[in-house]
Amino acid sequence: MIVIVDYGMGNVGSIANMLRKVGSEAQISADHAVIAAASKLILPGVGAFDQGMHNLVERGLTPLLGRKVLEEKTPILGVCLGMQLFAKASEEGRCPGLGWLDATAVRFRPEASEGKLKVPHMGWNTLDPQRPHPLLEGLEAQARFYFVHSFHLVCTHPSLVLTRTSYGLPFVSSIAQDNILGVQFHPEKSHRFGMQLYRNFAHAAS
Amino acid sequence: MIVTRVIPCLLLRNQGLVKTVKFRQPKYLGDPINVVRIFNDKEVDELVLLDISATPERRGPQFDFIADLASECFMPLAYGGGVRSVDDVKRLCSLGVEKVAVNTHAVEHPEFVTAAAGVVGSSSVIVSIDVKRDFWGRYRVYTNGGRVATGLDPVVHAVEMERRGAGEILLNSIDRDGTMQGYDLDLIRRVTQAVGVPVVACGGAGRVEDLAAAVQEGGAAAAGAGSMFVFKGPHRAVLISYPPPDELRALLGELS
Repeated sequence: MIVIVDYGMGNVGSIANMLRKVGSEAQISADHAVIAAASKLILPGVGAFDQGMHNLVERGLTPLLGRKVLEEKTPILGVCLGMQLFAKASEEGRCPGLGWLDATAVRFRPEASEGKLKVPHMGWNTLDPQRPHPLLEGLEAQARFYFVHSFHLVCTHPSLVLTRTSYGLPFVSSIAQDNILGVQFHPEKSHRFGMQLYRNFAHAAS
Repeated sequence: MIVTRVIPCLLLRNQGLVKTVKFRQPKYLGDPINVVRIFNDKEVDELVLLDISATPERRGPQFDFIADLASECFMPLAYGGGVRSVDDVKRLCSLGVEKVAVNTHAVEHPEFVTAAAGVVGSSSVIVSIDVKRDFWGRYRVYTNGGRVATGLDPVVHAVEMERRGAGEILLNSIDRDGTMQGYDLDLIRRVTQAVGVPVVACGGAGRVEDLAAAVQEGGAAAAGAGSMFVFKGPHRAVLISYPPPDELRALLGELS
């Protein structure tokens, strides 16, 4: 069973809706026993970095998620803030992140684009794949995804980066490190393109 | 390459979909679920759903009904109408709504915008502002579905709402609503020049060229429209349409 981690940060309903659409039932839960039994995990997230970490810690989820992901190698997909929480830290907050990725989240610098671009980066944009990966299978070059974020990941090792997207400058729009996957955009709100991505994640052997 | 968003703005009256002219004469269009499904099939950028009967009837959002609509939306969905508490905002966001729009309550209780943004984040909080020219030709903010004059200048109000934590402004021209005569570009320009957050222009779009004008001349971050996407021909026959992505890209250009 896929479990969408419900830690009070983000639109869990939209993700469950889309998984249902691709034929996978998912459970929305913060229950430790349910999460411990999950075959796959999704960490959603909309909002502030520190609030996200605070909510995970408050629910006692950080050690459990760490064990599932790092020891049991349960596949996990982080969405938007969910992916940023995988990093070591963020310019947005003071709390350390989960630290699973050698990466940090930094703020967009609109001045780099002569003030033409607004922050947050809000709207539809495309992906520039850096390497092939099953998560991206079946996505056409014109596939577009909905983004809304002010911070983005910077990875120490480029090998982590799955896709880049251009907004002023190219930034990391998705990552993959073994069983740890993350997307900066919202596939649950990205029509058939996002549906394909969730189908790839849901149907991959765990 | 990001493309400017083009957003159908749909009006709910209880559980039916309607379209108004200057916020009056609501004409029944059909079952919202069907219309939302059609817009979903057309892969629209985003959808705004406003329940125009909520505040006048002094009731809150119809949560179950909104959940049904949201489950058909595989694009970002904004909902507004009768939102008066942080619990309303949280509940809407848990149902599959990305953005919650507040209008009357934001005028009466500006601190509510800050509280809502604190819980779901600024990018999920839209302040919707309805504007009409008064007797002297001045732009003024109206609430309660255009029924109550506040005396507020929309530019001053928009700046204050941004300061309070609004992540986006939905700017509606009551005078242009449903007329399909083009946006009030002067109004849009005044507001976009004053705020840093994205402004969604609404009211008056009749042709795709109008959408481009709102963005290129008005400085709007996104173009919203109602009539243009639900009516066809001079007799305003109900027909749901949305320009194909290639046409929009050619017209609106891309921001890199």
